[in-house]
Amino acid sequence: MASAFEYAPAPESRSVVDIAPSYGLFIDGEFTDAADGQVFKTVSPSSEEVLSEVARAGTADVDRAVQAARRAFEKWSALPGSERAKYLFRIARIIQERSRELAVLETLDNGKPIKETRDADLPLVAAHFFYYAGWADKLDHAGYGANPRPLGVAGQIIPWNFPLLMLAWKIAPALATGNTVVLKPAETTPLSALFFADICRQAGLPKGVVNILTGYGDAGSALVEHPDVNKIAFTGSTAVGKAIARQIAGTGKKATLELGGKGANIVFDDAPVDQAVEGIVTGIFFNQGQVCCAGSRLLVQESIEDELLDSLKRRLSTLRLGDPLDKNTDIGAINSQEQLSRITALVETGEAEGADRWSAPCELPSAGYWFAPTLFTGVTQAHTVARDEIFGPVLSVLSFRTPDEAVAKANNSQYGLSAGIWTEKGSRILAVANKLRAGVVWANTFNKFDPTSPFGGYKESGFGREGGRHGLEGYLDV
Amino acid sequence: MPTTAPAFADATASDSALRRFLHGLPGVDAVGLEARAASLGTRSIKTTAKAYAIDLAISMIDLTTLEGSDTPGKVRALAAKAVHPDPTDRTTPHTAAVCVYPDMAATAVAALAGSGVKVASVATAFPAGRAALDVKLADVRDAVAAGADEIDMVIDRGAFLSGRYLKVYEEILAVKAECGRARLKVIFETGELSTYDNIRRASWLGMLAGADFIKTSTGKVGVNATPANTLLMLEAVRDFRAQTGVQIGVKPAGGIRTSKDAIKFLVLVNETAGEDWLDSRWFRFGASSLLNDLLMQRQKLSTGRYSGPDYVTVD
Repeated sequence: MASAFEYAPAPESRSVVDIAPSYGLFIDGEFTDAADGQVFKTVSPSSEEVLSEVARAGTADVDRAVQAARRAFEKWSALPGSERAKYLFRIARIIQERSRELAVLETLDNGKPIKETRDADLPLVAAHFFYYAGWADKLDHAGYGANPRPLGVAGQIIPWNFPLLMLAWKIAPALATGNTVVLKPAETTPLSALFFADICRQAGLPKGVVNILTGYGDAGSALVEHPDVNKIAFTGSTAVGKAIARQIAGTGKKATLELGGKGANIVFDDAPVDQAVEGIVTGIFFNQGQVCCAGSRLLVQESIEDELLDSLKRRLSTLRLGDPLDKNTDIGAINSQEQLSRITALVETGEAEGADRWSAPCELPSAGYWFAPTLFTGVTQAHTVARDEIFGPVLSVLSFRTPDEAVAKANNSQYGLSAGIWTEKGSRILAVANKLRAGVVWANTFNKFDPTSPFGGYKESGFGREGGRHGLEGYLDV
Repeated sequence: MPTTAPAFADATASDSALRRFLHGLPGVDAVGLEARAASLGTRSIKTTAKAYAIDLAISMIDLTTLEGSDTPGKVRALAAKAVHPDPTDRTTPHTAAVCVYPDMAATAVAALAGSGVKVASVATAFPAGRAALDVKLADVRDAVAAGADEIDMVIDRGAFLSGRYLKVYEEILAVKAECGRARLKVIFETGELSTYDNIRRASWLGMLAGADFIKTSTGKVGVNATPANTLLMLEAVRDFRAQTGVQIGVKPAGGIRTSKDAIKFLVLVNETAGEDWLDSRWFRFGASSLLNDLLMQRQKLSTGRYSGPDYVTVD
C-alpha cells in the first residue's frame, strides 16, 4: 500500500526458537533415526531456506511406533480419567508458556503470518487441550452410557495448513478418551509436531502414548495398513481420503475423514456490508486460502454485486503481503512449490474458461512461494474455479437473485464442509442455514473456531466430527 | 455503502423520506465491527513509522479545556502549549487547534494570533444541547464573532432517539448558516446514541446537513471515542466521498490518552478512509492529556531514553 504512513518493518524475533539441524522420529518417548537412515529437508516457504533435516519414517518405523503405542495403551487406558486430564492440562499450560516460540516456529515452517499463528493457531491449540482435558474424567456423561471404552491405537495423519492445530484436534480427544497415538505430520511442515514431542516429554507423558513419525505419504499409507491400528483419523485431500477409505474397507478400523471443501459465502442485499467484506476476506484469504473450510465461493445477491465488489477490491488492495514474521503481514507464503503450481494451474484454467481475473496490486517477493490475493468474476456453476477446491487465495464470485437460488447454488457442490450467511435478518439466517448441506454454517462471521464446536463435512468433505462432545465419539468404542 | 446512492436531495425532503433513507443504510454488525477495529489495533508501528505517527498525531490535536473553572490565564497557558508543545524541541509541530467554550474564544484568538493554531469553540448549549434553537444559534454567533475558526456543535440526541431526524437535520443546517467561514464539527455523542446503527445514521445525517467534520463525543459522558465507533465514522466519510466527491473530516474525542491509542486511531484512518485523511484538515483528536504522552514518546525516540512527566509541561 503506497501511503504517507509507511509501516516500518516489525519482525518478530527468530531467536525465541532454537531449531536443531536435524531431528529423529519420536517413538516410545525417545528421538530415534529412521531404521533405514533416510532423511528429508524442510524449508521455509517464504525464503526457501532449509530449516532442518528430519528423519523419514519407513514401514519398519511405523511398526515400531505402533508397537510402542500398543504397549503404552494398556496402562494409559486404565488410568482414571482425572489422571489423564492432569497430563492434558499440563500439556495445555506448557503450550501456552511456549506459545511465542511455537508461533514463530510454525510461521517459519508453514509460511503463514505470525499474526495468525500468534492470535489464532496457538490460542486454539491450547484451548483444544484444555477443553478435552476437561472431558477426560466426565466420559460417563458424554451420552454414550457408563464407562465408554477407548478404541486402542489411533493412527493420525494431518495436513500442512494448520500443523499444530490439526495435531491438537487429533491428539487431545484421543488421549482424553484413553487411546494412544501414532501421528504423522505433513512432509512440508514436520517441525511443530516434533516440538510437541518435546512438550510431551516435558509434561512427563508416559512413553509410547504419543509417537510422532515424520515422513511422506508412504509412511501414512503404512500406518493406515498396519493391522494393529484401531482407528484412522485423517485430514487432507479428498483423493487421499478416498484411498484411505478403500484401504481400510472390511478391516474393522474406525475412521474420521476431514477432506476438501468449496464453501459458499452467501451475502444477501440486507447484509452488514462492511462486515461482510471483512468476512469474505477472512473466509478466503485467512492462511492464504489454504483452509479446507475456506469461503472460496462468494454468492452475492445480484442487486448489490457491483458495490460489494468495489468495496472488496478496495479492501484487498490494503492487504499486506510479505515476510510472514513481520507482525503487520496479512498474507504470507504459499506452503510449497507443489501447492503454488496447483493454484497457478487452476487459476490458468479459470482464465482459459473465460472467467475475469482480478489480482490485488502487490509486489511478490523474489524468493519463496507466493500468490497475490485473486478473485474471479463472471463465474458460473459450470466453471472449474466454482467447482474444484483451489486451496489458495483465490475467490470465485457468483451471483444469485433469490434465497432459494442461493441455497441451490450453495448446495450444488461435491463438497459440504462450510458455508456463511450474511444478512441482518435473523429469520433468514435460520431458514437458510437449515437448508444448507454443510457441516459448519457461520452467520455474519466466517472461519471462527472453538474447541466446543463440532467440525466436519457432508458428502465428499468427509465424515465424523472433531471438536466438542461429538469429537469424543470418533475415539470411543460406541 | 448505501444502496440509495444519488437521491440525496429527495432524502431530506421530509421527515419520512429522511427516515427511509437513514434506515435504508446497511446495518452494522457489532461483533464484526469491533473485531475489525481490534484487528487493526494489533498493527505494530515502529521506528520511522512511529516517529511519523507521533508528529502527525500532535499536529491533529484539538487541545481542549472545557471546564467550569476555565479562566483566561488557563486558556493562555494552553494556547502557549499548543503553539510550542515541547519548549525544549522547536521541531515539534504545533497542535491543530485549541478548543474552548465560547466565552473563552476571544482570549484564545488573541493568544494564538499568527501562530497557525486554530481556535475551535464548542457551542449550541454544549454538552447537553438542551436549549431552544434561538439560544443555540446565539451561542454559535458569539463564538463566531469572537473569531473562532471552528464550531463544535452537539446534535439534539433527544430528537434523534425519538426518530425526529428532520429536526436534527434542520438544526444542523441552521447552525451551519451561522458559521460563516468557520468549519462546523457535528458532535453526535455516540455514547448516548448507543447503537452502531444509530452512529452510522447520525454520520450520514450530519454529512447531508453540511458538517465539515463529524465528531464522536463531548468527552462528558461515560463512553466517548472508541476504535470501533471511529472506524464506523471513517467508513461513513469514505463512502460519502465515493458517492458525492465531498470529503468530510472525522474527530474522535474523549478517552484517548496514550500515544499507543492515538497511533491505533491513525492506523484506522490509514486503512479505512485512506491517506487523504492523514492530515489535520481531515482528522483530529479531541484530547488534552494525550499531548504530553506523545511528547514523552517523541523525546524517547529522539534521545533513546524515557524522560518522565516532569520533562513535559503541565498546563
